[in-house]
This record gives sequence, C-alpha cells and structure tokens, in this order.
Amino acid sequence: MSMKRLLIAMLVWGTYACAQVQTQDAVHVFPVQGNVSMIVGPGGNTTVQVGKEGIVVVDTQTAAAASQVMAAIRTLSDRPIIWMINTSMDADHMGGNEALIRLGGSTDASERARVITHENVLNRLVAPGIAQARVADAASINDTYFRSPKDFLFNGEAVMVYHMPAAHTDGDSIVLFRRSDVISSGDIFTPDRYPVIDVQNGGSVQGLLDGLNKILEMAVAGKYQEGGTFVIPGRGRLCDEADVVEFRDMVTIIRDRVQDMLKKGMTLEQVKAAKPSRDYDTQYKGSPDVFVESIYKSLAARKP
Amino acid sequence: MSKLTVLVLSAALWGVPAFAQVDFSGEWAPLYHENGPERLPGPELGDYTELPINDAARLRADSWDADRISVVEQYQCRPHGSDYALRGLGNMRVTRDIDPATQRLMAFHTHMLAWDSDRTIYMDGRAHPPEYANHTWQGFSTAVWEGNMLTVTTTHLKENYIRRNGVPRSDQATSTEHWMRHGDYLTVVTVIDDPVFLTEPLVRSDNWYLDPGQHIGIFGCEHAPELPKPEGVVPNHLPGTNPFLREVSEWYGLPYEATRGGAETLYPEYRQKLSGYKAPPKCDRYCTCTTLFDCQLR
Repeated sequence: MSMKRLLIAMLVWGTYACAQVQTQDAVHVFPVQGNVSMIVGPGGNTTVQVGKEGIVVVDTQTAAAASQVMAAIRTLSDRPIIWMINTSMDADHMGGNEALIRLGGSTDASERARVITHENVLNRLVAPGIAQARVADAASINDTYFRSPKDFLFNGEAVMVYHMPAAHTDGDSIVLFRRSDVISSGDIFTPDRYPVIDVQNGGSVQGLLDGLNKILEMAVAGKYQEGGTFVIPGRGRLCDEADVVEFRDMVTIIRDRVQDMLKKGMTLEQVKAAKPSRDYDTQYKGSPDVFVESIYKSLAARKP
Repeated sequence: MSKLTVLVLSAALWGVPAFAQVDFSGEWAPLYHENGPERLPGPELGDYTELPINDAARLRADSWDADRISVVEQYQCRPHGSDYALRGLGNMRVTRDIDPATQRLMAFHTHMLAWDSDRTIYMDGRAHPPEYANHTWQGFSTAVWEGNMLTVTTTHLKENYIRRNGVPRSDQATSTEHWMRHGDYLTVVTVIDDPVFLTEPLVRSDNWYLDPGQHIGIFGCEHAPELPKPEGVVPNHLPGTNPFLREVSEWYGLPYEATRGGAETLYPEYRQKLSGYKAPPKCDRYCTCTTLFDCQLR
C-alpha cells in the first residue's frame, strides 16, 4: 500500500470511528427499577423489561437507530425479544420494529415477536393516503387489541397495556409493569417539551388530560411524593408522579385559559396573539403556537 | 531541638489534614432574623420583592392559587427543595461519613425536620448523574473545599418554588451553597441559577446556631382530598384575574411595581424610582417576627 493510500485509509477509518463514537454516544441505558430499564436514544425512549423468558420492548425508535438500540438491549440480556408494544402510530415509536425483530428476535412466523398496538394504530396505518414509508410499520403489527387493558404475564410480572383514547392520537397506549412498578407513557407525557396533540389523527386536549390523570391514578408516590412508581416518558428524563403532576398542571392551566378565550369568542389568531402559554414557553421545548392551536381546535370541535 | 520535641511535633502534625476540613456535624437550629415573615408565617400572596424573576415566573406566580394544595393531593406532602429547605421551617442535623481505611471525608448528610428531608453531599469527587436521570426534591449534591468554606453544587432538583406563594423554580436550576462555620454559628449562602425563571442568580443567606440538646422529631405526612372537586381540577387564576396581588402593596405601603420583583428592584438605584413612596406611620403586620411565636398577625 502506498503512503497516499495509507493516509486516505487512516482518514476514512478515523472519520468512521469518530462517527461511530458519536452515534454510540446518542444511545444510553439507564436501569429504572425491578426488571425494567430505559434506553435513551435519538428517537426518544425505549422501555425494556428483561428476564428468563425473554425481552419486552416498548417503543422501538427508528430503523436507523435499531442497531444501537439492540446493542444497548444486549447489555441487559442475551434472551430473544418476545413482545413489542408500540405506544402510538408515530414513526419514531415503531420504525425500529422490523429491524429489532431481525436483530434480536426470530423472523420465523411461529416464533416471531408479538407486536402489540391498539387497533386504531393499524387502522390509521392502512388508511388510504398513508405514506408508503409507513407500510413496513403497518406490516410489523401482528397483535392489535381493542379492549383495554390488554394484559399478559411475562418474566413473572403482569404487563398491562391501557388504551388512552383521543390523547396524543386515538391509538395511544400506556404500559404498566406491575411488579417493577414502572409505567411507560409514550408521548402522552413528555416532561421537557409541549405535548403533540395530533388532532388530525384523533388526538384531543381532554383526552390527553384524561391520559395524564390516568397515569396519576395508577402511580403511587414513595415517601413525601418521591420515587415509588417511576414513569418513563416518550421523550425526556426518567420521572415519577410529581413530575407528571407538573406536566398535567401545565396542560390543564393552558387549557383553562384557551377555553376562557374561546368562551369570549376569540378567534384562533387572537388566542395565539394573546400567548396563553407564555409563562411556560421558557420551560418547555416545541412550538407554543402549535400547542395552543391544537388545544383551540380540539376544544372548538367539542362546542355544540 | 531535642529528638523528643521533634517526635512530639511530628505526631501533632500527623493529625492535621492535608487541606482545610471544617466539621459541620451537629444539631443546628435556624435563626430567623433574616426574612422572618417570609420564612415563619409564610410569604404574602403577590410578594415577589428581592427576586430577580422574569415575566414567565411572575405570571406563573400570579396564576398560582393556594387552593391547589387542598385540591391536588400530590402537593400536600411535597417537601421543600434543598435550595429552599435551609430557609424554610425546621431544624437541621448534619452528620458525616469518614472512610475508616483512609480517614478521608466521603460525605456530609443533612436531615431537616421539615418532611424528614435527607440529603447526601458527596465529597468523593463523583460525577453528577446524566441528564436523563430522575430528579429529586433534594437533588444531587457534590462539594469541594474552598479554604475553610465548603462549596456545594446541586443539580437534578425537581421543579419546586423559590418562595412559598407560587414563585417557581425549574428543574433545570443549579443551586450553589457556600457553608461557613464561625464557632457555634453556621452561615449558608445559597446561589440559585435558573435559566427558566431567573434573569440573574438569586443569592440568599441563612444562619444557624449549634444546639447540642436539640431533638428532631418525626415530621410525617399523609395526603387526602380536602375539597370536593372532581379529579383533574387544578385551581389557578386566569391571567389578570387574581384579586390578591395588591394586598402586600397595600398592607406594607409599598409601591405595587416594587412588589412585582425583577432584577431591577434588587439594586439601590431602584430607590430613585420610588420618590413618591411614603412609609406607613407604623408597622402593624408581622412587626417583630423572629420566631414563629412572636409574629403578630393582625
């Protein structure tokens, strides 16, 4: 090999190695409690429950992140992925389904991982006009439910999947790992950013609040409102009941303000101009206008 | 110098630490000579004086309704954050961990009467948790010596308050404490940096005296709904509708604008804006408030 080729090879290898380090850095494993851990990645949070019977994965992030997510899962267990649960139809919650099954489960039809979503997720993904890129996501689902909760026992633990109708979308699920005392909330709860209320896909502010109040009903705080039940959000840091309270309060208070403005006959543009979320905008990421508009639209849709 | 003297001096020096280490261990009782009315009976609604808050914090506090504590059960047993606990009601016990193998100081522990709050202040050089770790009321504290002063850095705090009338402190805040002991007195200066709600650091100080006979009892707390409201109700004042915001101004004869807080109101130059201010003829509310029992309520 000439010196020139050697230098180019070193440069390419250096760039590759650097890129590997950077992408590896983007995925982190964080033990929560009991059998449950949180994997923090570019597509949000993945919840993993491991034990002798295998692995449960809640939300698979994106196909692009799948190899890193799988590598992270392998630091917890070398058992196969047996169950997958997608908490919503969003691509960054189910885009890694097929890749994770390929990397960590079995593609044999009889042994293939069960991929659970609420039936509305599948209905939305096979509706006319859905993007071609979502076909694989739809095809990965093999176990929909319509009666809530759906439950199963795995690794000696009850896993309970609750449908949250009309929250972030109309196909949201939250998952309770009953013995570990951990809730995986999906995008109903995102402690560092405004929630996305996807009105077009059946979401609503009241449904979102119902979902948050359901989480509060299920969670039991430890001594002096700390710890106890842990909540893994769709995105953001690990939380407990008190953090969900702050988030629920934020959504409720901004909802109350928009509702009051709606009663006064204000238009959407007037409501946006009044900036009803302005005391929360320094705290929560995301577009305040988009959040306020989604509240306005879902409240306006309820008006007789 | 005789061999014996050298031996004695060497033995004496052997017990001197390589760097300053003041022992803060003991039972400490708070002194309420600073900010007594705020810390004992509690702050007035709408009193944001001395706080370098931004507009977001001001509106959050304006919207706060004290009914929230009665209606939202989860607020009832919520403790002070460690950045507030030092000035809230309650006595403090400080203990320390010494590594028996090395005799190095590994950690201080604080126990506050209020909500039985326990905190560990790590002295072993460990890193703070990653940003995706959970937050707690006491946060995660590490400390270093700066001469005889202990400087404590606390991150991973849960969202809470910097004043008990709804002025918020975010979960992104960092609290820096400077602990200084002068004989039987302890001074802690707390500096709160909060990119969400403060435009500049909030600096406060609290003092304590050593009280070896002190016994801290169990605080205890059980939450229960106190008002018959439906689940999910969060009492709040819509912007511009809080009827209590001018009370503090009227009771104390303060200009309303000064009670609204903000960095500008902290500095002496602000007095020039108060040229029309006339102090009330006599104090008639919380006038001699240095303990919980001598605060004169009207």
